[in-house]
Amino acid sequence: MNSTTVIVGASLAGINAARTLRLQGQEGPIIVVDADPERPYDRPPLSKQMLTGEWEPEKILLPAGKEDLGLDFRLGVRAKAVDLSARQITLEGSGGQMETTAFDSLVIASGASARRLPDSAGIAGVHVVRTLADSLALREELDAGPSRVVVVGAGFIGAEVASSCRKRGLDVTLVEAMPLPLERILGAEMGRVCAQVHIENGVDLRLGTGVLQLETETVDGVEKVVGVALTDGTTVAAEVLVVGIGVSLNTEWLEGSGLTLEDGVVCDNTLLAAPGVVAAGDIARYPSARFGRMLRVEHWETAIAGGEAAALRLLAEASGETPAVFDPIPWFWSDQYDRKIQLAGRPMPTDQCVVVHGSTDEFRFVALYGDGDHLTGVLGMNRPRHVVQLRAIFEEGASFSEACERAATL
Amino acid sequence: MRIVVDFDLCESNAVCMGIAPEIFEVRDDDFLYVLDENPPESMRAKMEESVQRCPKQAISIAED
Repeated sequence: MNSTTVIVGASLAGINAARTLRLQGQEGPIIVVDADPERPYDRPPLSKQMLTGEWEPEKILLPAGKEDLGLDFRLGVRAKAVDLSARQITLEGSGGQMETTAFDSLVIASGASARRLPDSAGIAGVHVVRTLADSLALREELDAGPSRVVVVGAGFIGAEVASSCRKRGLDVTLVEAMPLPLERILGAEMGRVCAQVHIENGVDLRLGTGVLQLETETVDGVEKVVGVALTDGTTVAAEVLVVGIGVSLNTEWLEGSGLTLEDGVVCDNTLLAAPGVVAAGDIARYPSARFGRMLRVEHWETAIAGGEAAALRLLAEASGETPAVFDPIPWFWSDQYDRKIQLAGRPMPTDQCVVVHGSTDEFRFVALYGDGDHLTGVLGMNRPRHVVQLRAIFEEGASFSEACERAATL
Repeated sequence: MRIVVDFDLCESNAVCMGIAPEIFEVRDDDFLYVLDENPPESMRAKMEESVQRCPKQAISIAED
């Protein structure tokens, strides 16, 4: 294939799409655009080893970004608009200069940005953790030994930031608007277990309360956070505030392109969004036959697999081969304190949940989720062997009851 | 082909075991064991996938 491909997004999905295209024989130009000026890096350590100070930035560079694949990187460059019929993309350089580039095929992997609290822009001491720059800025403040860090949002990022702060010996208050952490992902029973893990590790956990407003002081012309007023009427002093309340998708540049945007770029079951246009990573929404609904998955492994699959989809289109269906079992891990949480699948919070190994009391267990007899998830806490084995059983198409039986033999 | 695992980086996510259980095994002590450090050439694609999919970039292939 000697055509030109533009890939928007140089993170895991985009870089793996680029690598796959090149290794599978695309000879034409591959232009990789990302608003982030940094060389492609891995995000999971941003809330863990980078925050604790164990790792330096060089250690998180993505191997594919360092390979000699002859990619045309345009870093610090933002995609602004795309014209699919003219096959042209408009890019904005870091200095604000506009440029139009022609392409034959397009990979949409522009991902997401961290959501921020309203009216928090420009206030010192308020952080999100999405980019390397975010992580380094927060780390610098943690190095100064703040008396208390308040983390808003007890999702995976918030939980990992809380964990990293505790590892540094800092006092942490973790604020979650829902009655339990991760309840919408893991259900109430497992949300309760996750809450207990925070409490056991000395976190001041405030559930079912949100942020009413930030309290600030202005010293030498700099407005800085000093506390946060919560909707339950209490106030918590905060020298540093970290906001982990999810992401908003980077789809602005696709408005008016003719692509269907509905909480992501809507694709078919091969990640094709339009002829010659594929999407991958956080931004791709695709129909999953396995789960019987549209999925959009923000996991690390899905970004790699999706990037590869999206590239192969373009190549199949060019060669006229039958494209492969993209429907993997989503899988992720989260390291919090000395616990490793792993989930394979996509349970609904209302699904039944049965512990099949270990016990939640010792925070070392495996649980299966089922919707009726339909297996929907495998959750492990410090049980990586069982999770990977049950994931394989899941992959084979086992029912919930069959998976429970086979779990007993593992 | 020789499989090299940096055990300072490995944190036993067991992704490699999911790809090639005949080579990688995470046991109940939560540690990874490499069952065959010199897998046959026929395993190369799976070994490369294990390298790519390791969340900690802890696996590499040495040619010697």
